[in-house]
Amino acid sequence: MWGKLSWAVIPLDQPLILVASTIVAVAIVSVLGWVIARGHLPYLWKEWLTSVDHKRIGVMYVVLALVMLLRGFSDALLMRSQQALAYNAPGYLTPEHYNQIFSAHGTMMIFFVAMPFVIGLMNFVVPLQLGVRDVAFPVLNSVGFWLTATGALLVNISLIVGEFARTGWLPYPPLSELAYSPGVGVDYYLWALQISGIGTLLAGINLVTTVLKVRAPGMNYLRMPMFCWTTLASSLLMVAAFPILTATFAMLLLDRYLGFHFFTNEGGGNVMMFMNLIWAWGHPEVYILILPAFGVFSEVLSTFSGKPLFGYKSMVAATMSICLLSFMVWLHHFFTMGAGADVNAVFGVATMVIAVPTGVKVFNWLFTMYGGRIVFATPTLWAIGFMVTFVVGGMTGVLLAVPPADFVLHNSLFLVAHFHNVIIGGVLFGAFAGYTYWFPKAFGFRLHEGLGKAAFWFWISGFYVAFMPLYWLGLMGMTRRLQHYDVAAWRPWLLVAAGGAVLIFIGIILQIAQLVVSIRQREILRDSTGDPWNGRSLEWATASPPPGFNFAVLPTVGHEEPYWRGKQGPRSQAATEAEPVYLDIEMPRNSPVGFICAFFATAMGFGLVWHIWWLVGIAFFCAYATFVVLAWRDHHEDIIPAALVARLDRANRQARSMAAARL
Amino acid sequence: MSAIQATGGATGDGHNLVVIPERRARESQVASGAEGTRIVVAYGFWIFLISDIILFAAFFATYAVLADSTAGGPTGRNLFDIRNVAIETACLLSSSLFCGLAAIGARFANARLFHASMVATFALGLAFLSLEAREFSHLIAQGDGPSRSGFLSAFFALIGCHGLHVTAGLLWLLTMMAQVVAKGFRQDVLRRLLCFSLFWHTLDIIWVALFSLVYLVGVAP
Repeated sequence: MWGKLSWAVIPLDQPLILVASTIVAVAIVSVLGWVIARGHLPYLWKEWLTSVDHKRIGVMYVVLALVMLLRGFSDALLMRSQQALAYNAPGYLTPEHYNQIFSAHGTMMIFFVAMPFVIGLMNFVVPLQLGVRDVAFPVLNSVGFWLTATGALLVNISLIVGEFARTGWLPYPPLSELAYSPGVGVDYYLWALQISGIGTLLAGINLVTTVLKVRAPGMNYLRMPMFCWTTLASSLLMVAAFPILTATFAMLLLDRYLGFHFFTNEGGGNVMMFMNLIWAWGHPEVYILILPAFGVFSEVLSTFSGKPLFGYKSMVAATMSICLLSFMVWLHHFFTMGAGADVNAVFGVATMVIAVPTGVKVFNWLFTMYGGRIVFATPTLWAIGFMVTFVVGGMTGVLLAVPPADFVLHNSLFLVAHFHNVIIGGVLFGAFAGYTYWFPKAFGFRLHEGLGKAAFWFWISGFYVAFMPLYWLGLMGMTRRLQHYDVAAWRPWLLVAAGGAVLIFIGIILQIAQLVVSIRQREILRDSTGDPWNGRSLEWATASPPPGFNFAVLPTVGHEEPYWRGKQGPRSQAATEAEPVYLDIEMPRNSPVGFICAFFATAMGFGLVWHIWWLVGIAFFCAYATFVVLAWRDHHEDIIPAALVARLDRANRQARSMAAARL
Repeated sequence: MSAIQATGGATGDGHNLVVIPERRARESQVASGAEGTRIVVAYGFWIFLISDIILFAAFFATYAVLADSTAGGPTGRNLFDIRNVAIETACLLSSSLFCGLAAIGARFANARLFHASMVATFALGLAFLSLEAREFSHLIAQGDGPSRSGFLSAFFALIGCHGLHVTAGLLWLLTMMAQVVAKGFRQDVLRRLLCFSLFWHTLDIIWVALFSLVYLVGVAP
């Protein structure tokens, strides 16, 4: 009846896990209780959970990412403290538990922090920048988000019900095969990522179609803001790379569930095929993450330097060539496979070639700042911190691209330092820059600058203190994922690294404080105009938060920076431009399909992990039935009457002209 | 799946929607109105199909790597019954002909032609699946199931993945027939039918590749 599930799977003997999951459970229950007690549940359901508005979905993606960041970061603290203690000693985490922690940390941070963060930003910003009312497929968008949330939920369920994978963030066979990982950990990993992978694929399809087919009148390709270009490149990679992940995980699942021989040691399986397949997805994946961050920095640096982006067309070319090249370098993740000197040389050179378009980008950002009136707001700090840090990370990457050097450094802490250098210094700094930059657009008030800057300084100094020692330890020969060690020379560096993690922890606390303080002081930080930063692209042309339909009248684009150009006329002109004719607007109707579908997907994933086949069958049938009900509805759209559109737009126009008058 | 139109604000009382173009620049590349929605939906579905083809590409690549990893077991030449596969191919390809006829029926709102052709498509698809199931059960019964060798794992996964797609297509087909009965040839139903036929034809193209690269190459001397 209940498959492999029994009371014995709850780790009652592990106090750490019990305490952690109790805290999580109490937090969830108290948040839910607060929502219900205050009568917010109908609001939450109508305005958020069933929303198909790209802005709301974008915000929910970012909230998911921030919550998961806390979980992933607590894993990081556990690892750093374990390695600080476990010199000639067992430390306080058993090997079993430690292995789950580093696996969960990587899985969380890539799939449920970095991915939802960048997808959330793209979702929120891109339709606004393109001057349109929503993405191409709003309901699909909601389904995609909720499937991602399902994956995150399954990984978190594994904390208390059963166990998580002990195989690292990519489940390399043969360790991940049934013979060596007989528990449900790898199954949790695989099903969680299969489900959230479908969500990511849907998001990619949606964003590609949006950028290529749904743009404001006159918005040519070469008039799109850079963030739209990087979104296009990143989403194309999602469409092209995620199916490979799905196929690879499907093969591993077949091995584990039905006794196939794809990656087994015996029966003609081929272990290295897994490495090839997973990295054919995995390398594009790092560009899926970093390209949107590049887009954020392009927007931020241009806005806060008061200048158009330098070398716009070369930036477009660089973005698209990175998109293409990202598929040609996967083998550099396993030079040690022994493919031979020629193959390794080809992939090594191809890897170094990617540094060229990336270098083009860095110079473009520098020249964008050159001669500009730079405002050192929090997003600018993240951007500058990124440029310095990312260049270091890029150079250590080029070093690892040299096959002989890689043979020495493979799977050492040098590698760990390298990819944290580019992912924290690149993706995460970009995500934080975008979060600070677009927060006033989403909520109508700015984030507290002082706390934001303090958080930045703790993050960046914490990053250097935590990860520069890891480069050194890698050169000293320390490999990754060690639960304990007995080399005296490593100890001081690991203590320093633990100190760095504490600095980052302070940075995170400051970010939480920034959010709380900003919400409490929102009247002081209020931006009534919708254009707090003197922005250049179309998202700043509408109110903050934008109305559901984004633009009362769709903008007509005749220039790369239509909004900036509009502001350059006589000061009064932009705001008091003749009032347009307001028309009724048709907007997609909210739909609970995404949420309901995620409910059944969670049940199905859980059933699959624990071999509860009747649950799988029922959940699958219900998910299918949900879609049939969706397909049967007769009204897809709600009409927003012209009078309401006019009222909202007039209020924003008035705020803008008052602000213009104050200048 | 309702698609958003960039231009063309709609006005009306909810029953009789009239699409009024808003300020439209000459260089606008954005489609508008019902036709625009159709284009956006079909475009998005094409992107999905590309991703699906990449999924198959991964299974194809795996098959190519494992084709010789027979672990001392049988090879394709020992196992493949090319006559059975030829009949399967004939079923699937002719089902696409009927799928095309169904699209014509939908386009001219000819319910009889539509339903007859969809039934024929379904019957041929089901025949294809049963032949494939027979082949699979025969192989498993004689001990040459997917657990026998890497080669057979890759074979079963690749062909089975296609078979699963056909199964999903049949389920979709029945749903669409029911929807046409319930809702008639409405714009949104027509868009879904367009996506369905794109899907069905793609499965054909993939089958041609499977037939040639797995079965024909497999039995080649």
